[in-house]
Amino acid sequence: MQRYFHDELQELRNKLTLLGEKSNDAARLSVESLLEGDLEMVDRVLALDDAIDELEKEIGHACMRYISLRSPVSTDARLILVALKASHDFERVGDEAHTIARKARDILIREGRLSEPLKFKEMSRLSSNLLNDAITCFVEEDIEKAEAVIKMDQEIDALNKHHYEILTAETMQKQLSDASRFDAVLISKSIERIGDHAKNLAKEVIYLLKGN
Amino acid sequence: MNLAIQPERPKPNSASKAKAIIETRDFSFAYGPTQALFDISMDIHKKEVTALIGPSGCGKSTFLRCFNRMNDLIDNTRILSGQIKISGIDIYKRDVDVIELRKHVGMVFQKSNPFPKSIYDNIAYGLRIQGIKRKSELDEVVERCLRGAALWDEVKDRLGDSALGMSGGQQQRLCIARALAVKPKIILMDEPCSALDPVATAKVEELIHGLKTDYTIVIVTHNMQQAARLSDRTAFFYLGKLIEYGPTEQIFMNPENPKTEAYVSGRFG
Ligand SMILES: Nc1ncnc2c1ncn2[C@@H]1O[C@H](COP(=O)(O)OP(=O)(O)O)[C@@H](O)[C@H]1O
Ligand SMILES: [Mg+2]
Repeated sequence: MQRYFHDELQELRNKLTLLGEKSNDAARLSVESLLEGDLEMVDRVLALDDAIDELEKEIGHACMRYISLRSPVSTDARLILVALKASHDFERVGDEAHTIARKARDILIREGRLSEPLKFKEMSRLSSNLLNDAITCFVEEDIEKAEAVIKMDQEIDALNKHHYEILTAETMQKQLSDASRFDAVLISKSIERIGDHAKNLAKEVIYLLKGN
Repeated sequence: MNLAIQPERPKPNSASKAKAIIETRDFSFAYGPTQALFDISMDIHKKEVTALIGPSGCGKSTFLRCFNRMNDLIDNTRILSGQIKISGIDIYKRDVDVIELRKHVGMVFQKSNPFPKSIYDNIAYGLRIQGIKRKSELDEVVERCLRGAALWDEVKDRLGDSALGMSGGQQQRLCIARALAVKPKIILMDEPCSALDPVATAKVEELIHGLKTDYTIVIVTHNMQQAARLSDRTAFFYLGKLIEYGPTEQIFMNPENPKTEAYVSGRFG
């Protein structure tokens, strides 16, 4: 039987999806700002952070409220747990985007455009698609897609490793300042973590749907 | 950029005066020598569900019965102080017509009490007493009330059957339908679900939730989850005193009084 308060769960799902999309936007734009050399875009990404944090708090409150007033069990209880974990993952994606944007600004100010053959564009596209797929598998309750997300995360890990090797190689030491190479390693690591959060979300969706 | 979306549901109106339909001030009440209510002051808001909770014997039912002067029917009851106004009128004033008051403020009890008559007559009976005799008019009200109580589809083909053959949950919804017949503004409910199974309880709760678009509902419940699910505001009573009253969200998520906290978290009562 559909109860009047079940609408609140749908609203919670909507909010969570919105948070996912916003954090994904921030992540994508942060790398784009680096690749485009766009300092204005850097500022826009940095400004997104507060709104993302605010939305995470709202979701936390909605969960707390639902637990207090609706005594959820079974799927509904799992949804609440997933919403709390996933919103935290999204908030962390927002933090990574913030970190990337700050490092991007440092690099851009130091070097102008980054001309080195790093695979940030590919890596960012992968992590963004992954996060997008993770959100979709939540919305569409698609276990197969969730399992695919978990596997695909490895490609991002491989690119991160590749970056680490390039950036620590001797040839690179001549082309890029130590500070910028260090920042680039951190950016790569941040993108890799965004992939991890997408993977976490996919695992949470599987838990939500399977119950174990 | 503004990511915030609308809150879960409109917060109960805090401009209390404007929406108050029942205003209770310093109200104290006794059964003979025993005082049952102590200086109760609270406003009940129009078109909201207000829940009265608290351990058994704390005075919830007594307080509820004060709103339509049902306690007048009990010997030796006395108001020690204070007043209750409904729609601005002091209901304990001498010139108040109690029969009119009870039309304005209907009541549903824990144990459903349909008359041993047909489903149709359960609702038409009170109207006939009021002098409404035209079949078409009676038909119309019976349908309106049964629809209002979310019962029409279940019983429309057997309106002539005895009400006593209905399930417990249907009987309770019939009693609610009967209460609607005289077009009350306020409906008082004293543990309306405690004799019902979970499915029937859910149906009655859905009904109550729907009714608040048109009616003000005050419900006594021993079931805290029900109060949490159903009400906009909750009042917690203990030993005849109003301990805490506020938006249900506050009472269940962040009560101010430690007694309320202990009660809603199931530590006593
Ligand atoms: N008809 C009555 N005559 C005398 N005392 C009563 C009567 N009804 C209730 N009381 C007393 O008033 C107090 C409050 O009772 P009640 O309003 O029924 O509490 P609740 O509904 O919260 O369980 C209790 O101490 C009870 O014994
Ligand atoms: Mg009682």
